[in-house]
Amino acid sequence: MNNNFVFEPNLDAKTIHIVREFNAPIEKVWRAWTEPGLIEKWIAPKPWIAQTKIMNFTVGGIWLYAMVSPEGQKHWSRFEFTAIENGSSFSSTNMFSDEDGNTAAGAPKSYTETKFTAIEGNRTKVDVLKTFTDAATIKMFAERGFKEGTIMGYNQLDELLASESN
Amino acid sequence: MDIRRDIYQAIADPTRRAILTLLTISALTPNAIAAHFGSSRQAVSKHIQILAECGAVDQDQRGREIYYKLNIDKMKEIDHWMEAFRKLWEIRFDQLDNLLNDI
Repeated sequence: MNNNFVFEPNLDAKTIHIVREFNAPIEKVWRAWTEPGLIEKWIAPKPWIAQTKIMNFTVGGIWLYAMVSPEGQKHWSRFEFTAIENGSSFSSTNMFSDEDGNTAAGAPKSYTETKFTAIEGNRTKVDVLKTFTDAATIKMFAERGFKEGTIMGYNQLDELLASESN
Repeated sequence: MDIRRDIYQAIADPTRRAILTLLTISALTPNAIAAHFGSSRQAVSKHIQILAECGAVDQDQRGREIYYKLNIDKMKEIDHWMEAFRKLWEIRFDQLDNLLNDI
């Protein structure tokens, strides 16, 4: 099935626009993006896992969570919710932090606006617009993804090697 | 003072991005680059200097003239990071597809 995945960086606007369709009703997709027990199940690329310390899904509330590497190394992030339209959209300010949610002065920041739309066939379109304070910030966030993605790649290689030796 | 710069400083400024776009077509002298912009020759020189410090452009001496050309490998670094970020989101969404089947 075509999920109509879009990943569109715009360096002039310092934005990344991400769109994806899911084969599930909007209520379910909304829950998967806003309930910590569910977000944790998809946000971390395996074998990394996500662990929530605080989730207060209200305007002004935060989601403090760690991406945990297979070696137990924790990378903390803090999302602060700036707007919530229940069942249809939410916005947040995202920063890297320590385990208590403290952020360094001048630390890279991104703003995320996530919108949910019910589409034909009981499916849902999610539209994510990320805005970065500067181009270097995009690198910081991408770098994090790169690290996690690389480890995932190694893991897949291990699996492949294991199956080859059987 | 540490003057080492990274490629993201090259693209952080709209004039520098415009210079890089110009150079994708051909190598140019500083005068030819400046002719494309309303800003002063000095201002454009400063941008070219930053681009050179970032490794985004290389100098090419041709007779008496210095031409600036794009350093394609350096520019690919940006694509590289962006591709990694894109990949991360693809992986997340595939995992989310599976989760949505289960809840």
